[in-house]
Amino acid sequence: MSGTRALVIEVERLVTHYGSRRILNGVSLTVLEGEILVIMGGSGSGKSTLLRHMMGLELPSSGVVRVLGKDLAHLSREESFELHRKMGVAFQSGALFSSMTVGENIMLPLEELADLDRTTMEIMMRLKLELVDLAGFEDLMPAELSGGMAKRAAMARAIIMDPKILFCDEPSAGLDPAVSAALDEVIRKLRDAMHMTIVVVTHELTSAFRIADRIAVLEQGELLAVDAPEAIRQSPDQRIQNLIQRRPEVEAVDPNEYLKRLAGEA
Amino acid sequence: MTPSRPSPDGRAWLERAGRSAVEGVEEVGVAGWLLAQSLYFLGLGRRVRQPVRLGPVVNEMMQIGIAALPISTLLSATIGLMLALQGIDTLKTFGAEAQIVIGVAFSVTREFAPLITGILVAGRSGSALAARLATMTINQEVDALRVMGVDPVRFLVVPSLLAALVMLPALTLWADVVAQLAAGLYVQATLGISLAVYVQQTFDILEAGDLLHGLGKSVIFAVLIVLIAAVNGASVKGGAEGVGRRTTRTVVHCISAIIVTDMVFVWITTRG
Repeated sequence: MSGTRALVIEVERLVTHYGSRRILNGVSLTVLEGEILVIMGGSGSGKSTLLRHMMGLELPSSGVVRVLGKDLAHLSREESFELHRKMGVAFQSGALFSSMTVGENIMLPLEELADLDRTTMEIMMRLKLELVDLAGFEDLMPAELSGGMAKRAAMARAIIMDPKILFCDEPSAGLDPAVSAALDEVIRKLRDAMHMTIVVVTHELTSAFRIADRIAVLEQGELLAVDAPEAIRQSPDQRIQNLIQRRPEVEAVDPNEYLKRLAGEA
Repeated sequence: MTPSRPSPDGRAWLERAGRSAVEGVEEVGVAGWLLAQSLYFLGLGRRVRQPVRLGPVVNEMMQIGIAALPISTLLSATIGLMLALQGIDTLKTFGAEAQIVIGVAFSVTREFAPLITGILVAGRSGSALAARLATMTINQEVDALRVMGVDPVRFLVVPSLLAALVMLPALTLWADVVAQLAAGLYVQATLGISLAVYVQQTFDILEAGDLLHGLGKSVIFAVLIVLIAAVNGASVKGGAEGVGRRTTRTVVHCISAIIVTDMVFVWITTRG
């Protein structure tokens, strides 16, 4: 598979800390051109941090993140602007600008980064809205949208510049199953229609298995596996099975240790 | 005799003081970096395809300047009246009420107009900018801009900085005029000096340097307000409560910085 498709993102031995806490511990993975990679894991597993590293929003304590062949830690300002024009992101909250209409939000990257006339920008905006099944909503304010609609609008803004890579942070979080399934359909449609490479972070298993070409499973900053959805489902690794079957990890608690911790003696 | 160790309370206080000092130095560094970035985008933005757009600058100018005109007029008129009232009352002791023109002309132009305008803009626009940046940071809107390839400093800070650099001196000039006129009207009513004579005397007394003294201060206040608001807004932590804290902190820091800078400016420009 990797022999015929180019590497779009390469993460090598990525280590990152917040203060003294280690968040990612030597994570290595690749994302291939045109694939949907889902990063899956429980709360605090480091999946959102990994995504932020791939987007260049954080720099690693050690290790390398390369996007389209460029090491994100060693980019000049011009190279960084150029590379980021090839990326789009739809955050969990939508991150739409509340003072602008949906249409203005979507056209913002065009206004800021492309030299196009207003009519062309409006046509492009309407096309993208249609692609995410939100046609006709361009005049609404973000506050007037439902959660699912805000995520679709964020996705339309993310793809307005026809990026090579689309990052989606928890696209299904907080949505009912029907809306979530429709949004997953939009993600697959975007990949098929625009040949984008898509990285999705989610803790929603149904959604992950529905859209992924490959799934990366993270736990406490360690990458447990990167494989096709079926292989992940069949994985003999107990930690992966715990995550898939939503079994909480049983942590043995020593009552004496616990009391010492409470008293601040530990 | 061995020195006594500080008590736990004392240690905690020292720790807090140390942390605040480090934080303060860090914030000054960030403000300097923001100013350097802003100048970079103003000079070279077009070359790196990050031009500063006129539209947002005009919008900010409307917010900082035009929308502040009514309150600026009210405050300036009040200051003019207050100075005339106090001045006449004090000068009466020496039988020199007619010298009120000198007092009002200098104190308004060199001191009160820039100071009151700076405080007003800090309260209105500084707090608004800090709240906007803080909310955008928390809602990941700033991150979204960065991933899209739109530099947040160029998009969010530079328009406010440019607008403040134009509108603060403009508002200061307006405050000069309104305060002098209000004082003149009061003087006409109480001392019988006509407004035309009052204005003529004011023009005779004031020199270009006096006007530039006030306008120079307002330019410095403009930079201070925008940088303090941007630093506070961008370093927000802790959700909606954090936004409120940062907004309050911005107003307090801006007003403190304006008053201290004013004193330093006067100290420098009046020596020699």
